[in-house]
Amino acid sequence: MGKGRRALSLALVAIIAVTFIYSVNFTMPAFGTFPTREINGKVENSVGQLYLENAIWQTGAANVVTTVVWGYRGYDTLGESTVLFTAVIGVITVLRAVRRDE
Amino acid sequence: MAGMTVIVKTISRIMFPFVFLFGAYVIFHGHLTPGGGFPGGVIIAAAVAMLVLAYGLERVLKSTSFLQAEILDTLGSMAIALVCILGLIFGAYFLETVFPLGVLGQIFSGGNFLWLYIGVGIKVAAGILLILLAMLLWDRGESK
Amino acid sequence: MMISLNYVVAMLLISAGIYCLLVKRNLVKMLIGIVVMIDGVHLFLISLGYRAEGIVPIFNSEVASSLPYFVSRAVDPLPQALVLTSIVINICTTALALSLCIYTYKHYGTLDPTKIKELKE
Repeated sequence: MGKGRRALSLALVAIIAVTFIYSVNFTMPAFGTFPTREINGKVENSVGQLYLENAIWQTGAANVVTTVVWGYRGYDTLGESTVLFTAVIGVITVLRAVRRDE
Repeated sequence: MAGMTVIVKTISRIMFPFVFLFGAYVIFHGHLTPGGGFPGGVIIAAAVAMLVLAYGLERVLKSTSFLQAEILDTLGSMAIALVCILGLIFGAYFLETVFPLGVLGQIFSGGNFLWLYIGVGIKVAAGILLILLAMLLWDRGESK
Repeated sequence: MMISLNYVVAMLLISAGIYCLLVKRNLVKMLIGIVVMIDGVHLFLISLGYRAEGIVPIFNSEVASSLPYFVSRAVDPLPQALVLTSIVINICTTALALSLCIYTYKHYGTLDPTKIKELKE
């Protein structure tokens, strides 16, 4: 890999980094404002505010993030458990096939 | 793989129950403090990995075997599926709250979050230990 | 508008990951670049849900007396739950990719991605 190619890659990545930093800091809402949504022309807080208000009296758990992970978004966590199981089976199968090759 | 010196073996043998207890604490208090099943399972797997590094693979394989980790992984998955299906049997829909809600701030509160987190913690700990053991057993079979 | 530190560090991590993917010629080093890039994306996602002078979304004994104070000052819990799922999936993908790297080295004898497509058998 020659010197010219490495300098070209560095210049390209520098241009990408400057573009990203400019577009995130200056064209998005400022850091610290709660995310908002717009329904029928009226602007209000996003669905996280609804979860904060209703999570404690609907389930008796003190941790609101646990209620979101298993209560309101339970199907996503169930899918993630399946991905974990499948990855472990995949690793055992590939490494066992390598051992039987020799 | 070979073990390490006497000092490392003694200290890791003393520290193992405390790290295991801390991992179990993080799993059981998942609905009251930050954490839950996923970081707690990784802490328990890291404690067993510390023992593998200090004592060598042959000594650890006498206490726990590859088959035992596989059985624990499957039992954790079946526990999660059982709690989910109990919502179908005793209620109306999948993953409905079956256990009582209780008083805010105690361990046995919050419906079926505690049992779901226990299942996930056992499953994640066994899964990561299985990945480590599979790679080490391949390396042992390769160098013979 | 102010430049905040969270967004700058997240974009620098993503750029470092892109540079590593462009320059390196080893499969395991390129995998390290991918993992660094994923960590930058996670930091960016969590920083989106911040509220100015916010508190942790856990209903502990300090805020137990007043619910409206807790609701108006707590931080958004939804991106944190999604990033928790994404971290576990990151572990599974990295483990499977590493085992495929072992298989490639056993079969081809080299870990160079430009040499692998020449040895066809």
